[in-house]
Amino acid sequence: MSAPKLLSANFGSEVSFHLDHYLERGGYEQARRVLAEMAPEAVIDQVKQAKLRGCGGAGFPTGMKWSFIPKGGAKPVYLAVNADEGEPGTFKDKYLLTYEPHMLLEGMLICAKAVGCHKAYIYVRGEFDLPIARMEGAVAEAYDRGYLGPDVMGSGFAFDVVVHRGGGAYICGEETALLESLEGKPGHPRLKPPFPALVGLNGCPTVINNVETLALVPHLLRLGAGAFLDLGVPTQGGTKLYCVSGQVNRPGIFEASPSVTLRQLIDDYAGGVRGGAKLKAVIPGGLSAPVLKPDELDTEASFEGLKQVGSMLGSAGLIVMDESVCMVEAMRTITQFYAHESCGQCTPCREGTGWLRRIVERILAGHGRAEDTDNLDSIARKITGTTICPLGDAAAWPVMGFVEKFRDEFEYYCRTGHSRVSGARVAG
Amino acid sequence: MSVDPHANVELPAALAAKEVEITTFPEELKAECDAIRGRYETPRAALMPILWAFQRRFGYVSQEMERVIAAELEIPVIWVRETVTFYTMYNQRPVGSHHVQVCGNLSCSLCGAKETLAMISEELGIGVGETTADGRFTLSVVQCLAACEEAPVMQVNDRYYGRLDRARVREIFGGMG
Repeated sequence: MSAPKLLSANFGSEVSFHLDHYLERGGYEQARRVLAEMAPEAVIDQVKQAKLRGCGGAGFPTGMKWSFIPKGGAKPVYLAVNADEGEPGTFKDKYLLTYEPHMLLEGMLICAKAVGCHKAYIYVRGEFDLPIARMEGAVAEAYDRGYLGPDVMGSGFAFDVVVHRGGGAYICGEETALLESLEGKPGHPRLKPPFPALVGLNGCPTVINNVETLALVPHLLRLGAGAFLDLGVPTQGGTKLYCVSGQVNRPGIFEASPSVTLRQLIDDYAGGVRGGAKLKAVIPGGLSAPVLKPDELDTEASFEGLKQVGSMLGSAGLIVMDESVCMVEAMRTITQFYAHESCGQCTPCREGTGWLRRIVERILAGHGRAEDTDNLDSIARKITGTTICPLGDAAAWPVMGFVEKFRDEFEYYCRTGHSRVSGARVAG
Repeated sequence: MSVDPHANVELPAALAAKEVEITTFPEELKAECDAIRGRYETPRAALMPILWAFQRRFGYVSQEMERVIAAELEIPVIWVRETVTFYTMYNQRPVGSHHVQVCGNLSCSLCGAKETLAMISEELGIGVGETTADGRFTLSVVQCLAACEEAPVMQVNDRYYGRLDRARVREIFGGMG
């Protein structure tokens, strides 16, 4: 538990979101240095060497993403900040927007210099009223004091930032749906290629980064790539924010090195399973991540570590379930979510998520058929890889994971018409 | 589980009274609308913030308002319609003064969301998708609000409330006008 709190030291503060407080802590010094004396290639090189990985879910190397932006093109370059935090079990970006809006703005400035961008949009989910107010307040302060605008800190570099409020749609966390939404359209994901680095917002090259990713950038430059990498694991530099929720004693947000294990996060950080109950299952990376069992808890909670056990770090939202949980009932909540959030563009996802939901509901109502457990797995497999965006995969993976790890519970319910855990029928 | 608050049923009298007739672009929103347009590259991109401005002012976005906005932005009405109907947060009809939105996703479910919803429904005397006769409260179930650390959670208008139990819910609702 020795990782420094780069991001979370001021979570809960009544003052940290003000510009003056941020400046007292050395805020904007890295952006000033970058704007005054660093070449874009040197910045990108540092980010690459530090092995900063995208914290939105995919873990894509940030430096590589920035390097895809064409240099010296005729079209403007945009930065779209993904603050549409919607992956169930995830609540980290809310804290950064609320308590460290200037840290995000500084990271954005550094990114802007590195990719030659002069206009950014921060896409915040519509429900986040306080985080939006804090972010808008910070942007206004930054304009007033010359940290944004036509001549940032006297460097001659122009940078404008707009805070954009979403309308309530999980799919807009998908990067191309987010771009569609920023253009005022329904959030229907785009086919890739072309990738947003070449054809993004308004048809122009666009970098899309998560809030946490950008908030880490000033720290990366302050510490230097080597020291930043040393905080993490060889494949992933820096610290990581983990969200732990569900049946634990102290649900909350914790900053740790990605070398931390799931067991440490649950037991040491979140105070263990609530009421001393026995742990049954953990979803390690937001609702879409395949579920893990207690014997997999010593896995390193890094992008590569969780990949090795067939799951993913995703958005680092751990959802903890104890022995009292009926996995068939939990599956209903999950399948309902994806059926509701599918944008309807691709047939396998639009229809498949509805089939999955209805089969789980049929099982719960006591009308499960002998083949339904296999049906769930087979439908999920037929969704994966067949859709424009990863929502289809995100809907399928948890189903495949639940059936693989808890098949006997599903088969028992289909056979007997009631839950093996509670002995009851969970109707309605 | 998820409920469409815009379902095509007759509007209760208390909500019907909140309907407004808009036939031209409201003067009081012109300045804000112009400022919004100045921040975006295209008129269409200004649509979502303008919809938010209308909802803040009138509580919902009617089909009349959609036409007025389309005319102002000089974009087809269908562009406005498809955006209003795609996103869940734009109310297409008036809702209660306090829109109670209870999270039903996994972390909240693991912390008793089902029982919390039943309790709130009992306290308000209405089911999901319904509005109290006095037009004060509308009850909805929503997807994850990104506040799982405070489960079970609800949002009432702009504010989040977590760690809900009956005493806390009574206190929250009791303090509302």
